[in-house]
Amino acid sequence: MAETATKEFVHNLHELPHTVKDACFRLGKTPESEREESQATFHNLFLHIHSVRVHLRTLSPTLTFGLGLTAMASFVITIITGVLLMVYYKPSTDLAYQSMKDIHFTVYTGRFIRNIHRWAAQLMVLVVLLHMARVFFTASYKKPREFNWLVGLGLLVITLALSFTGYLLPWDQLAYWAITIGSNIANSPRELTDAIGITKWFDPGGFQKRLLLGANFVGQDSLIRFYVLHVFVLPLALVTLLGVHFWRIRKDGGLAKPEDPMGGLAEWGGERRTVFQPLATKTYGLMALVKGKRPPVNRGPENTVMSWPHLFWAELAVFMLTVAITLTLSFYWDAPLKELANPAIPENPAKAPWYFLGLQELVSYSAFMGGMLIPVIVLIGLALIPFLDRRSGGEGVWFGTPGEKATTWQSLFFALAVTVGMLAFTVNFGWLRNWFPNIHQLWIIAINPGSLLVLIFAAWSLLILKRKDSVRLAAVSLFTCFLVSFTLLTYFATVHRGPNWHFYWWPSQWPLH
Amino acid sequence: MSRLDPPPINRRSFLSLAALGSFFAALGTAAAGMLRLPSPAILPGPVRRFKLGPPEEFSAGTETPFTEQNIVLFRDDDGFYAISTTCTHLGCTVARSKEGFACPCHGSRFDPRGNVVGGPAPRPLPWLEVSRAANGELIVNADTEVPEGTRYSV
Repeated sequence: MAETATKEFVHNLHELPHTVKDACFRLGKTPESEREESQATFHNLFLHIHSVRVHLRTLSPTLTFGLGLTAMASFVITIITGVLLMVYYKPSTDLAYQSMKDIHFTVYTGRFIRNIHRWAAQLMVLVVLLHMARVFFTASYKKPREFNWLVGLGLLVITLALSFTGYLLPWDQLAYWAITIGSNIANSPRELTDAIGITKWFDPGGFQKRLLLGANFVGQDSLIRFYVLHVFVLPLALVTLLGVHFWRIRKDGGLAKPEDPMGGLAEWGGERRTVFQPLATKTYGLMALVKGKRPPVNRGPENTVMSWPHLFWAELAVFMLTVAITLTLSFYWDAPLKELANPAIPENPAKAPWYFLGLQELVSYSAFMGGMLIPVIVLIGLALIPFLDRRSGGEGVWFGTPGEKATTWQSLFFALAVTVGMLAFTVNFGWLRNWFPNIHQLWIIAINPGSLLVLIFAAWSLLILKRKDSVRLAAVSLFTCFLVSFTLLTYFATVHRGPNWHFYWWPSQWPLH
Repeated sequence: MSRLDPPPINRRSFLSLAALGSFFAALGTAAAGMLRLPSPAILPGPVRRFKLGPPEEFSAGTETPFTEQNIVLFRDDDGFYAISTTCTHLGCTVARSKEGFACPCHGSRFDPRGNVVGGPAPRPLPWLEVSRAANGELIVNADTEVPEGTRYSV
């Protein structure tokens, strides 16, 4: 008996590489049949969030430009580089700046890793915004995707919050003054409560600021709060919401697309690829067909291909491209690190990160209106879109609603003209305070270039609603105005605002100080 | 039974609802308790009462900036007064300019007495309480505001 056991043991030892491999990779080979391809997708925890088959439209690069996936990829990059940075970073006002210097100058690849972290974060913000624009202009928020549009807005807010909290951590001049300004924006409801004299009894501004900073000023308590938010709370919230986002994509039937036309693949170049055509005489199991209504009656063929390998190649390509972009940017451009934070002397100009500069321009008219009310109004407006525009049509097609392109162009030029006009007027003539120094603060909060822009755009959208008799086109005009205005304000504050927030044509004209 | 009477509810449903209700009540109370924690009970920070030196050091008609403390101390014929240089807009430190004070962050401008003359600042720069310590030195309390025009005469 003992001899057989020994033999068996030796045999098992001999077979070890094969048995371990078979245990880990159950299929054990590259899938060859469609059945094996569906198993490869279906039986893998990380792949099974994908459907087994994917529509050809979904794979079309010009439908999505891979924007959502790029955002996901840049988030993964920030997570990995972020964890690496945590190895050396010390969240204390005495040590933070020194540890940044260490990371920058001493730690092996430290500077490069930090650059990647920074660039991936910037890319993520940019791509999340573009992704939202893509979803909007392909009408992909419509039923049944309203909920996922809301989840996406939540993800946008968390993305911005992640950037904002990360901004303080280096504890340099840039960090200190940007967060001083940011926390005082949280404090800005006081503008209103002070103006009507109720701050003593009702002070939401002060409450928000103290909750954010743990103090009345930016110090150790604030740094540790921002650190906890940045490395734990917000990433956790983001990952959770991201899970919901992906889950809903599947549950809502994949990416939004129009009904398949009768008669096959005319618009997809005929028999360009092998396309699944269900036979009327055959029954298909769940494995081969996860999504969709069966059997197809009075509809064209499915126009789907296997996710393995078509979709996974595409996703891998997007990941690789994202990594390539961030690595290239990080190789040539360093993340900034200014002097140690000095509470006595502000940066001049003290500028927020670029995606907040549009807001900073609005804040320079009124902190409460520009920093709190307008962002809240914009977010509520965005959230309401899928619930006010409920007529189906145009889903999954760029500018798919009749007349949409024209409306977009008109709104683009309208918003361009109005925003440029408003900025030119403000730069040349100032605003209420310059004309009436003793004017009541309530007027400044209510009537300023920011609130006027919002009103004008709302009026324009109502005009489109009346003239074109379409809720979707009204939404398109409003969204275009928002996008154009956001871009223009961001550009203006980046390039044309210099020391003391004065107007300059170019940064090279800034006075020395 | 009238049409307006609520539909009858059996004992099991009632108890289930009550149990569910108490669950959410407990959850809400716990959440409220936990959310109370991050709101600081005591605000950390240094005492912002600054000794600025004996009054004889400052002659009438002069102004002395104290950058560390974000204060400018003035002395005119009526006495001393101190103005905070923390902008009332978003907390940047204003700099002395030709016409008064100017904020580098969002372009608020103030006259030499701290009144807003331009930009987004909602309030004038605060005038701060000036007093004297037992040893005769001037003290400015940066946490206590006084009405504009208040002087401390020695």
